Amino acid sequence: MNREFILEKLGRNLKNSTPGKRESNALERIRNAPGGILPVQPRTATARVAHFIEKAKEAQATVAVCASSGVANAIAEWLRSHNLPKEVRTGQDNRLSALHKAKDSILTVKQGPSDGSDLTGVSHAECGISETGTLALLSGADNPTSLNFLPENHIVVVRRSDILAHYEEIWPRLRKRFGKGKMPRTVNLITGPSRSADIEQTLLLGAHGPVRLHIIVTED
Amino acid sequence: MHITSPQFKQNAKAALADEQLQRSLTHVRKNFIDKRAKAAAALPEFEALRDNAAAIKNHVLENLDAYLEIFESNVISNGGKVHWAATAGDARGLILDICRKAGARTVTKGKSMISEEIGLNEFLENAGIEPVETDLGEYIIQLRGESPSHIIAPAVHVNMDQVRDDFRRVHTHLPPDREMSEPESLLKEARGILRDRFIKADVGITGANFLVAETGTTIIVTNEGNGDLTQTLPRVHVVIASIEKIVPTLEDMSQIMRVLARSATGQEMSVYTTLSSGPRRKGDPDGPDEFHVVLLDNGRSDMLGTEFQDMLRCIRCGACMNHCPVYHAIGGHAYGWVYPGPMGSVLTPQFIGVEKGGQLPNASTFCGRCEEVCPMRIPLPKLMRHWREQEFSGHLTPPAQRRNLKAWAWLAKRPKLYHVATRLAARGLWLLGGRNRRTGFLPFAGAWTRHRDMPTPEGSTFLAQWRKHTGAGGNAS
Repeated sequence: MNREFILEKLGRNLKNSTPGKRESNALERIRNAPGGILPVQPRTATARVAHFIEKAKEAQATVAVCASSGVANAIAEWLRSHNLPKEVRTGQDNRLSALHKAKDSILTVKQGPSDGSDLTGVSHAECGISETGTLALLSGADNPTSLNFLPENHIVVVRRSDILAHYEEIWPRLRKRFGKGKMPRTVNLITGPSRSADIEQTLLLGAHGPVRLHIIVTED
Repeated sequence: MHITSPQFKQNAKAALADEQLQRSLTHVRKNFIDKRAKAAAALPEFEALRDNAAAIKNHVLENLDAYLEIFESNVISNGGKVHWAATAGDARGLILDICRKAGARTVTKGKSMISEEIGLNEFLENAGIEPVETDLGEYIIQLRGESPSHIIAPAVHVNMDQVRDDFRRVHTHLPPDREMSEPESLLKEARGILRDRFIKADVGITGANFLVAETGTTIIVTNEGNGDLTQTLPRVHVVIASIEKIVPTLEDMSQIMRVLARSATGQEMSVYTTLSSGPRRKGDPDGPDEFHVVLLDNGRSDMLGTEFQDMLRCIRCGACMNHCPVYHAIGGHAYGWVYPGPMGSVLTPQFIGVEKGGQLPNASTFCGRCEEVCPMRIPLPKLMRHWREQEFSGHLTPPAQRRNLKAWAWLAKRPKLYHVATRLAARGLWLLGGRNRRTGFLPFAGAWTRHRDMPTPEGSTFLAQWRKHTGAGGNAS
């Protein structure tokens, strides 16, 4: 058996400790989950949000800020400014339910996973990370992962109060929600629109994923 | 994959004479070094993070069997399957089995160096399954029938004209007069063609940058989004990863992630970092029905507990080759196997044997830049020196080189004679140098002087000058 063969060989070559000791070392580290070195980040919420927006723009995303009641209008406005049809696809996320109440004259909303024919997907992020302008999105019944990658345009809504300083702050939140050691099927950390530099090291946006990433920060 | 590492010298000579390749290699020199330096300078905690990243991986290696078992049990409780592969052949067989059970005709692939290491594409093709590389660089070299020449920029040796020619040759269903003058149009063409392949594929195979023991999570780090489409759309997702990719917790992963992108492309964060924990859950609107992890050893466990253990910290960022004067001069293919540059010079003899790969650790100036930039603080020059020692003690060095080394050792062990000899040599070379203080003729070193002149000594040896400086009878040590 490959499994036993590999594990036995590893055990033989780790001759300075016993298997029991190694197991307790590993379990202890997993239990404690030390945070490590956290880069200094702005202390106040206002400065943190400003830093998040600055970093997201550096990564070639665009950012708008609006009241949580104004999301439908903010989306419609962005679509208009890019000459895109006022039609979007979302998951069944309750946090986006207000979009469905929007009048058809403002926005048409389709629900469910994308089959690749949609031009614009809208998702709600679990949180934002100010360090690098990164969004964290969780898969689930309400959040089809395909929406993050198939449409050419991706609009992500994130609550201002969910903008954290470091990646390390995401994980305790997930442990609290899903249980220790448990995760949603997919967590997508997204920083800017898709890109490639594979042709003569020239950076081009819109490789296989979205060409544009637009972030809407909602004031709550 | 056909191994040409034993012909390293011929490979290097051909690469130096290849003008197109030399032009492409200027991109490596120009782009990667500056970008990494800027990214590192912009993060005051970068050096401390490097220390911590190395410490985390050292801890993992010291407890590797325990972490692998914890990872395995968590993948299983997430509803996934774990397959253990001791050798490349085992891994190929396991993956073919999964593909056959899924009735797969085409397989899309995210970028994976492990897949290159085990020669997966050729194997699947021979078994009647079509592998489709979806990373733009990998797609280009697959069309060309080549292997990657760089671990993170696989097509760095190819220029735009060549990409255009390849697309014309292969994408024959598109109008011949289409717009192809800009890199943008080429990217768009590849995007359109691969979009169709993503949707029709039966199995998606990706690599992994990290395996998180705590949660049984596999992680890919990409910029294009191809890896995500590869693993989200088909019914079956296969992750192929080597055993040293384990990290204990999500926090530990976050620490190493901070040094990964900065060292690789100079980005602060790659566009997509994707954490996958098992197959589609109840109520999930998309995602794969099956989730398999193939854990590959292929000689890595042999490195544990040896002088090469440090190499198992490697996170495949490519910084060492981006900063290597030898890589800059000859590119990746000359190394003759999967992994080029300094990390390749350490790994290749391990994986294909020192008798075949032994020339690679010799092809280093030991300038130390690789170690200076390695985010995981791997002492690459020291590890290359270990291979040189093994090569010598295994009597694998060429006879002429052995004879010369022996002669030098005989001389060096006799200080008086050595001083006389070096004095004479310095004097002789000084005479050879003439007015230009350079010579194009060196006895026994014609191969060296064929391409460059040797600056000649100024007269007396270092030891002689030292004696003069410290007064007669001064001790040189």
